Amino acid sequence: MMIEALIGFTFVAALLVLLAPDEWAGRLAFAFSLLPFAGALYLWSGFDGAGNALTGGDIAYATQIEWLEVGGRTVSWFVGVDGISLPLVVLTTFLVPLAIVSAWTPIDARQSQFYGLMLFMEANLLGVFTALDFFLWFVFWEAVLVPMYFLIGVWGGPRRKYAAIKFFVYTNAASLLMFIGFMSLTFALGDTQSFALPEITQAIASGGLETWFGISPDRIAMIAFVAMFAGFAVKVPIVPVHTWLPDAHVEAPTPVSVLLAGVLLKMGTYALLRFNFTMLPDQASALAVPIAAIAVISVIYGAMLALAQKDLKRIVAYSSVSSMGYVILGLVVFTEYGVGGATFQMVAHGLISGLMFMAVGVIYNATHTRMVGDMSGMADRMPVAVGILVAGAFGYMGLPLMAGFAGEFFIFVGSFSAPALPYAPLFTALAMFGIVIVAGYLLSAMQSTLFGPFELETDYEVGPAPFHDVAPLAVLLVAIIVLGVAPDIFFEMIRDAALPVVEGVTING
Amino acid sequence: MVNTLPQVAALLPVFLLAFTGLALLLVDTISPDARSNTSMAVVGALGSLAALAASVWLVVSGTGSADTGGAITLFAEAIKVDTMALFFTAIFASVTALVVVAAHDYFHDHASPAAFYSLVVFAATGMALLAAANSLAVVFVALEMVSLPSYVLVAYLKQDRGSVEAGMKYFLVGALSSAIFLFGISLVYAATGSLLFAGVAEGIGSLAGLAGVAGLGIVMIVGGVAYKTASVPFHFWAPEAYEGAPAPVSAFLSSASKAAGFVVAFRLFTEAFPVGASLTAGIDWVLAFGVLAAVTMTLGNFAAAVQEEVKRMLAYSSIGHAGYVLIGVAALSQSGSANDAVMGAAMAHLLVYGFMNTGAFLFVAMAERWGVGRTFEDYAGLSRRAPVASVAMAVFMFSLAGLPPFAGFFSKYFLFMGAIDNGFLWLAAFGAVNSVISLYYYSRVVKALFIDDPASSSSLDAIDVRPTGLYAAVVFAAVATVLLLPGFGPVIETAEAAASALF
Repeated sequence: MMIEALIGFTFVAALLVLLAPDEWAGRLAFAFSLLPFAGALYLWSGFDGAGNALTGGDIAYATQIEWLEVGGRTVSWFVGVDGISLPLVVLTTFLVPLAIVSAWTPIDARQSQFYGLMLFMEANLLGVFTALDFFLWFVFWEAVLVPMYFLIGVWGGPRRKYAAIKFFVYTNAASLLMFIGFMSLTFALGDTQSFALPEITQAIASGGLETWFGISPDRIAMIAFVAMFAGFAVKVPIVPVHTWLPDAHVEAPTPVSVLLAGVLLKMGTYALLRFNFTMLPDQASALAVPIAAIAVISVIYGAMLALAQKDLKRIVAYSSVSSMGYVILGLVVFTEYGVGGATFQMVAHGLISGLMFMAVGVIYNATHTRMVGDMSGMADRMPVAVGILVAGAFGYMGLPLMAGFAGEFFIFVGSFSAPALPYAPLFTALAMFGIVIVAGYLLSAMQSTLFGPFELETDYEVGPAPFHDVAPLAVLLVAIIVLGVAPDIFFEMIRDAALPVVEGVTING
Repeated sequence: MVNTLPQVAALLPVFLLAFTGLALLLVDTISPDARSNTSMAVVGALGSLAALAASVWLVVSGTGSADTGGAITLFAEAIKVDTMALFFTAIFASVTALVVVAAHDYFHDHASPAAFYSLVVFAATGMALLAAANSLAVVFVALEMVSLPSYVLVAYLKQDRGSVEAGMKYFLVGALSSAIFLFGISLVYAATGSLLFAGVAEGIGSLAGLAGVAGLGIVMIVGGVAYKTASVPFHFWAPEAYEGAPAPVSAFLSSASKAAGFVVAFRLFTEAFPVGASLTAGIDWVLAFGVLAAVTMTLGNFAAAVQEEVKRMLAYSSIGHAGYVLIGVAALSQSGSANDAVMGAAMAHLLVYGFMNTGAFLFVAMAERWGVGRTFEDYAGLSRRAPVASVAMAVFMFSLAGLPPFAGFFSKYFLFMGAIDNGFLWLAAFGAVNSVISLYYYSRVVKALFIDDPASSSSLDAIDVRPTGLYAAVVFAAVATVLLLPGFGPVIETAEAAASALF
């Protein structure tokens, strides 16, 4: 019942904040958001799951109640966590309070609605990461889009309408594609009268797919794989369907960017891992080379795009595209360290990109510009914030003893000698080259904005950032370092849940 | 318990509605001075809520269901009360209650509101009777009982040119299609020798050279159904009538009246013209409905996408939804295993639609009450002055589009799934593509309300009143639309059980 309590409380909190007066909605939302975090820590401390939830492992905190039955198929309220989802639950509940605090300065209109929507989104995100029934999961998955659409569209920057619509259209079209892909699987699974993901996964693994509308099982599985991959690719996002992301990030207010990069992108990679790579491992391994190629292109191309940007937020946004490429590479190699590292990288990137967006936001709050050419020498005026930004950037570049290093290192270890992926060393080497580019653009951007003599194109008085702007940055930095020094606090359980995925694949050739 | 009551008690919801209508009329006639808008509205609302409670109670107690001895037939089998009749009566009664409550504020300064309430309730009585009809004659009489008050309701604002013009158009098309429908009935009677559904079905099985007559009759009846449900090819009255009519009336017509058309279709094409016997006789109405469904949803959606006025957009969207529900008839098959699933899903969709579509039109009623204007641009920024109502409207729009967090997703999905299970992949594909298109124009409303800036700083000043009744109706419809998602289980199960009793 813990998961229900967690999600339910967050919904109620969202409602209460929505009704609260604007003056203290932010404080109230922060106080409320600490409780889900405490709840997630409690889930973590009592975690007794083993193996992967989908392949028949022990699911922690599982509840399954029949919701409705239609056409002979059962839809149920089925939630639970395993080693893959729990770290993401902790990440979500950890980032939301920090994002709420970082909103105190920039959000100055319709506060109660803003914070209410943030909490509403958190509740649905928790649902996405814990739901184990396809319908339930899909309801939460789509319900995340609605608050996001408003958060960008109402509180965003000058081109907010365009960005919000683009986000909405892209992700909805993608959802439909994915939905059709998954549905063709359930229709072809004639004997499985349930939408529970573990049941479906195991039915597919034991050859339960049948011919449907004259399409052979293999072909259905392949169609479903491609449709779901394309659908989730938009969410991740992977080149070439990434173009909504920079627009959404640039227009979204800082706290929303933090959640968008920190948690929403992970929905895509999480779903890829759950649906494509766990349910249909054979199709994934048959398509390993093209997927790996897309992953490497995302890494390199995303980094190159970041190199060409002048807007600090765009730089971080494009580098997210690049980082997500590593995750895809880690997933497709089907090794313990590859899949485990990819999951670890989801958490690590969530923290680091959250930190980067927040730090850029703090600078923007003071200077009202994000253009690289507009400012220099910010380190003189905002020493603490800039110091943390630099530390975060090094985390992005993969400095050892920080979370980003651990994640990327695991992925590279896993992908270098991957039996499922032909030419694995080549792909790995190419992807590693992306790190060099990351270092290139981050260092050059920092050098011109943060160091040297202080200059600012606009007329704002710039002083040290207020405490409540800097504190979340510091908390994030501490978390990044802790996770870098002791990755095992998550990696143990991740590896435990990733192993069955790796074992599920048949390696051809 | 129920067994001890006389069988006629199964018609309790119909009686309650009829008595409410009569009581309203009586008060209005005897003491015209004592009548007041508020007391009339309260009586109308209480009457329809009582009918709702009665029908829900009868469904729950299993009246007319297969578990308690099957449908209850009354008056020489002319009336048959089963779960489907009660299910639809519940839809009609809920919509009526919402409309009556909303109309209280809409007609706050109207000279004679009492007639309005009694007309609405009388139309609802006709609908409830229609849902329980078991004979072609009762179908026609009940249909007219729905239509006649509806014509008056559309033209109710008799000083308003748009309203009168809409009433006139509605009346002319309605009269024509009634004649066609009646002619169809007479042809079917000629071919089968019976007006009772069971007798007609028997006759269809042994037509002996009269298949052409019966076929022509059925085509004409399909035409009558298409008119009542605002489907192609008799849809063109709908945008005019919905746009010109007072918004509560548009809500009533597009939700309740449409559902009434569908209950006729569901009954006729399962009990009177069963799919198996019709196909054997060479009358392929399944294909006819399939084409109508596909054309209706496509036409409705594409036309809705290019509208500039919200009310007109909703009118076309309601045509699109008629297309979805038609799948419930179009996807029936002789050997299909999912006949009950697809028809049950269509019924569930009508129930959900009853709340979300009524709510949407009532929001338009609120906008008309405020006088903010009719186009998307006029709605810009309304959420700043009316956040609660705007959130409700967003719920209706997303639910109509079939976005997952709302009930509209489930009902639409199960409809398409039933169609696929019955082998009608192409219909489901049409429906899915149309749903995607619909998201475009529904989200335009949400964008206008929440994201666009008001045209000028004073354009929101029109929002100077908080009409309590309208607010209550809109908020209640929104809450129902949301709660029907977790509560969808009993609804779909009841609907499926009701549908399976017909096959």
